Order: sequence, then C-alpha cells, then structure tokens
Amino acid sequence: MDVRPSRPPADDWAVLDPQGIDRLIGALGRRGYRTLGPVVRDGAITLAEIAGVADLPAGWRDAQDPGRYRLERTESPAFFAWAVGPHSAKAQVLPPRDRVWRASAGAGGVEIAEAGVDAPPTALVGIRPCDVAGLGVLDRVLGAAGAADPAYLRRRAQTFVVVAECGSPAATCFCTSMGTGPDARSGFDLALTELVDGGGHRFLSRSATGAGAALLRAVGGASATTIDRRSRDGVLGDAAARIRRRLDRDGLPALLERNLEHPRWDEVADRCLACGNCTMVCPTCFCTSVEDTTDLTGASQRERRWASCYEVGHSYIHGGPVRPSTRARYRQWLTHKLGTWHDQFGESGCVGCGRCVTWCPVGIDLCEEVDAIRRADGATAARPAPGGS
Amino acid sequence: MARPATPPAEATPARRALTPSRYRLVGRRRETDDTFTLRLTPIDQPLAAARPGQFHMLTAFGIGEAAISVSGLASPAVDHTVRAVGAVTRALCGLPIGGVVGVRGPFGTHWATEELDGSDVVVIAGGIGLAPLREAVRALIAREGGGGGRLSVVVGARAPDQLLYEEDLWRWREAGAHVRATVDSAPPGWTGAVGLVTTLLDAVPFDPARAAALVCGPEVMIRVVAAALVDRGVAASAIRVSLERNMQCGGGLCGHCQLGPLLLCRDGPVVPYGGRVARLLQERER
Ligand SMILES: Cc1cc2nc3c(=O)[nH]c(=O)nc-3n(C[C@H](O)[C@H](O)[C@H](O)COP(=O)(O)OP(=O)(O)OC[C@H]3O[C@@H](n4cnc5c(N)ncnc54)[C@H](O)[C@@H]3O)c2cc1C
Ligand code: SF4
Ligand code: FES
Repeated sequence: MDVRPSRPPADDWAVLDPQGIDRLIGALGRRGYRTLGPVVRDGAITLAEIAGVADLPAGWRDAQDPGRYRLERTESPAFFAWAVGPHSAKAQVLPPRDRVWRASAGAGGVEIAEAGVDAPPTALVGIRPCDVAGLGVLDRVLGAAGAADPAYLRRRAQTFVVVAECGSPAATCFCTSMGTGPDARSGFDLALTELVDGGGHRFLSRSATGAGAALLRAVGGASATTIDRRSRDGVLGDAAARIRRRLDRDGLPALLERNLEHPRWDEVADRCLACGNCTMVCPTCFCTSVEDTTDLTGASQRERRWASCYEVGHSYIHGGPVRPSTRARYRQWLTHKLGTWHDQFGESGCVGCGRCVTWCPVGIDLCEEVDAIRRADGATAARPAPGGS
Repeated sequence: MARPATPPAEATPARRALTPSRYRLVGRRRETDDTFTLRLTPIDQPLAAARPGQFHMLTAFGIGEAAISVSGLASPAVDHTVRAVGAVTRALCGLPIGGVVGVRGPFGTHWATEELDGSDVVVIAGGIGLAPLREAVRALIAREGGGGGRLSVVVGARAPDQLLYEEDLWRWREAGAHVRATVDSAPPGWTGAVGLVTTLLDAVPFDPARAAALVCGPEVMIRVVAAALVDRGVAASAIRVSLERNMQCGGGLCGHCQLGPLLLCRDGPVVPYGGRVARLLQERER
C-alpha cells in the first residue's frame, strides 16, 4: 500500500497561523456562508455552527474502540488532534427530516405546493478526508445524471468544503484500506494540514477550486517552504503508519456474494441489536422513507426522513417484511455496503471512517466480520430449504 | 466544483421528481370483491407515456403513496388495477369519481414485447399479477398476424370470482391466443382447471427452443413457474419476471427496493430470470 500523501504542485500552497484560520472562518461568514465546524458538545466532537477558532476543540483528542468513544484532554494546542465524531457531513446535504410537498383543498380539488429547499450556502470546516469521500459516494447515489434528487443537488451545490487532513487517526479508522485518507485527494475547496512542531502551530493550506483560491488570497497567508511541506509529509505518513485496522478488500464483493449462507451471519445476529446506529452515523447510508400526514384544515404533507435497513418495515411488502430476521438485516447492511454497492453504483459504499464500529452499542466490527467470513470461505449454516419456512 | 457563495436567484422546481402530478379519477370498474380498475386523466401536464410493465407511484392525498403498475394505456388516460389490501390501496379504491389522485413516474423496466417477434410467448399470471401484463398481452395480440409465434396466456386465481379481466380473456381467445385459467378452489359449475398454474404449462402450445415467458404474481409462484419452465427446456434468459419490493421513491433514491445487486425500481421490476436473479430468488432473504 502506498502511504505517501498525494502532493499537488507547490504554488497552490500557503501557510496560515491560528489567527489566519480565525480570519478564514470570519471571511466565510462575511461571504454569506453558514459555517459549521467541530465543536465539543455532550461529550463528543460534533458538527455545529462556529464563529471563530475559539469554538474549535483545542486541547481535546478522542479515544475510540469498538463500542467506545471518549474525549480526553491533551496538552497540545492543536485544533484537530482528534479523528472523527459521530456527525458526518451527510445531514447537511440529506437532512434527517425534510418536507417534500404540501397539498391543500383548492379549486381543482387539490392544490400541490412543492416545499422550497432550505439550502443556505454552507461551509463545512475541518471535516475529514473520509467524509469528503463520503460526499462523493452520495453524489454518485443521489446526484447521478438523469436520476438525481434535485433537493440534494441544490444543497450540494451550496456546500463549501474545507477539509482537515488527519494527523490523529483513531483505532477504529481504516481509510488507508479504502483509499480515502489520511490525506485529502479531491472533492474539497480548501485543504488544511495542521502542523505543531519547532516551526510553530500552523496550517499548510491549499486550494482546489477557484472559490477556494479566492478565499485563501483574501485571508492572506505566508508562502509555504519546503520544510512546511516536508512536515506535512511526516504528519500524514505517521498517521497512515499508525492506522493498523485493515479491511481486506481482495475480491470482497464476490466473497460476500458466495457466502450468503455463512454461519457467521447467525453468530453476528446473536449480538446485533438491530438498532440501526451504524446506518445513522454512516456517511453514505442514504435510505429514506416518506410519511404523509394531515392537519385539521384537511391539508396534507409529505415528509422524507432517514431510514435504515435494520427497521423491520424497511422491506415490508403486503404480507410481511422480506427480511424479518436480524440475520437477514445485518447481512443486507454488510453486503450492501461492501458488496452490492459496487453493482448499483460502481464503487464501495464504505469510506473507512470507522463510525459504525465505534457507535455500535455492542462493538460489532465490520472488518472482523469480513475476516471471519474470509477465514471460513464457503462454510454454510444448516438451514431449512427455500420454501420450507 | 467551484460554487457560488450566493444562491441562484430562483430555484427551478426542485422537487419535480418527488412531487406528484394531479390526475382525475374518471372511471372505476369493479374487477373482484377487493380489486378495482381506476381510469385517470391528467389535470396538469400529462406525464410521459408508460410502457407495459412499468409502474406509477399513486398518492391518495393525506394517506400515502403506493407503487401500482399500469394496466391500461388509452393515452392520455391511464388505467391502474388496484387490490385494496391496506391504507393507501383502500383509499385509492374508495375515491369518488372526480376525485384527485397524485401520480409520479412512469418508473422501471418494461416487458419489451417488441423483442419477441417470432417467439412462442407464454404469459403466466397469478392474481393481481395479470394487471402489469394486460397491456403486454394486448401488444402481443397486435403482433399475432406478422410475428409468427404463438401466444398463450395462463392465469391463476384463488377462486373463479377472483379472476381479473374476464372479458379480455374471452377477447384474447377470439383473437387466437391460447387462454387457460386455473383456480385454487372451485365451486360447483366451474369447468376450468383446479390447481397450480404450472399444471397448465402442458396444456398450452409452445416450442421451448423458441419460447419466451413473461411471469408476474406472488414471489413463490414466480419461483415455481420459472423453475418449471426451465425444466421444460425454456432458456432462463428467455424468461422475464416482474418482482415486488417495498418502494418509497420509485427513482433509485430511497434504497428500499433492493434485491441483492438490483434496485428493483430502476433495474426492474421486469428482470430476466437466469443468472443472478434465479439465484437470488432461490436464496431468499429470511
Ligand atoms: C413495482 C410494483 C408494482 C405493483 N403493482 C401493483 C398493482 O398493479 N396493483 C396492486 O394492487 N398492487 C401493486 N403493487 C403492490 C402495492 O404497491 C402494495 O400492495 C401497496 O403498496 C400496499 O400499500 P397499502 O398501504 O395499501 O397496504 P399495507 O399493506 O397496509 O401497507 C402498509 C404500509 O406498508 C408499506 N407497504 C406495503 N407494501 C409496500 C410496497 N410494495 N412498497 C412500499 N411500501 C409498502 C407502506 O408503507 C404502507 O403504508 C405493486 C408493487 C410494486 C413494487
Ligand atoms: S446499508 Fe442499509 S441503510 Fe445503508 S444504504 Fe444500504 S440498505 Fe440503506
Ligand atoms: S423505490 Fe426507492 S430506490 Fe427503488
């Protein structure tokens, strides 16, 4: 595996000090962006509105393991000395609840009014390379040419991305397996790499879009030296080397497809609570359901909300759910994410952020599930024949 | 990916794909005790014409939305045959004439009957499964003169009074199709067959080597029929089946209609049996 960070040409680079980041956040606000960034809230680093660097989680790092997340104090002045919190960028482009239309009784019988799309220009500051990759995956699902969700496209077009490359991966991270980090490759307007060393606390910055370049010029930074760029290589190289978790992707979709009757599905179903946490924190799970409601005036409205394949009703058709058991539902999740996503959208649905591992209340670890299936490739559980249930 | 900091002045209709067009209920025909054919005409700009086998998402305002196949095309009017099994389908069937229905679509793949010139075609339907096949049969009858292949229609229902489109069945027979019906249980006076639709496969003429089959009905039936056709020598790739899954959007956005690698609203509902589909139907998801 190539752990050397990608390195764009030198003239796009600038160096900002912490005040420069403050100016950057201020400039985004003045340009009309609702600016969201990492904020400590309820014992976790979440994505919330920020006004300046004072809102950033300086002095905090996260400790993550299967089923475990904890914030800890650190001496470092770094703003980005943590890996990922529970919030991906998904909610900003696909809201958990969203009104689609409203219908009222009118002259023609029924008048339908499309709901406006609430899509203020939004800057996401300090999201991670894996989350930028997650936005790219969503683009291929919800923004596919000819089949796009117009509300998604609208919100996406209003999103300005300032990615923070990763110097402090968690034990649950496996972006190196998925090719999505710890360095940022594409899909952002501006990229920052935080450096804290003999050269001081500073941010190597580079733009990838015209809007990003204009903003960087307006904020004004020093020009980057070879030493700064070598420091970045060191930080990202160290980070990549510290990521020990691996997802073995060799022939993975085919492995899963030929192991749909593997006994491991029964074993994991004994532990899985089918709570759906993994799908809620996943940056790419896109499932939604619609719900129609009426009010006292007789008007009705349709809302779209996040859904999960762990809900029994997700697969309901007249006569009952297609996937009534936890075994069938866990299998749908894992085989979709890592297998059939390739058939449907031409890539993996996993970006290696590790959130599903951290936020699973019983600590189920998808990498371990894949390994277990691979170790006993071809094993089958004794099951009643089709049609026999 | 350069993006303006200011939103475009006015949004184009952003929710078009997810917002229904208004259609008016202009006719309702009772097919069985719980099944009605609803004729709708557009109030707004008509939607694109559906192909046989495609479906619309129909909204009963204030209740919800359901995927319903197109069962008749009399452009710009369109027929849907709805079996009242739950909240949405009951509301649709109970709507007064003149009432407004929301329609989105058309969605999905179709039967592609134009590719079947020269084939012996066997159409096999169980229950409401005849609805999405009705326009396909009409298209195949129209082909009959020039196409060269024979057409058979085999339908199964729970009981004689549950058979859909009896007049059509007679008309198709007069037009030269081999039409057979079977029921699960028959009252006195029923002269047709009793038992599974597969028992009628030997009663209709087709040459397996140049046969194509179009199948829709409950999934257990599809599985058994497809296997019986393969047993008789019909190529799995020449069998097309229409499958059902939960559908919340119809357009590849909601994730509910997955069957393994397939998004059935986009890659289906009509899919070739054979290869992956045959295996997926054998696996079952329980
Ligand atoms: C491609 C396709 C074509 C169809 N064509 C026809 C047809 O021509 N005629 C016909 O009568 N029926 C057809 N159906 C089945 C029809 O869509 C369901 O019977 C209908 O959705 C049931 O809704 P309900 O609220 O009346 O019933 P209920 O069974 O009470 O449903 C309760 C709830 O379950 C959910 N639900 C149940 N089935 C489905 C489903 N398939 N998709 C999404 N949600 C579901 C809904 O949320 C619903 O509110 C078709 C289904 C598909 C997928
Ligand atoms: S894994 Fe489940 S919730 Fe996530 S996108 Fe796939 S079906 Fe939907
Ligand atoms: S019905 Fe929504 S993705 Fe197929």
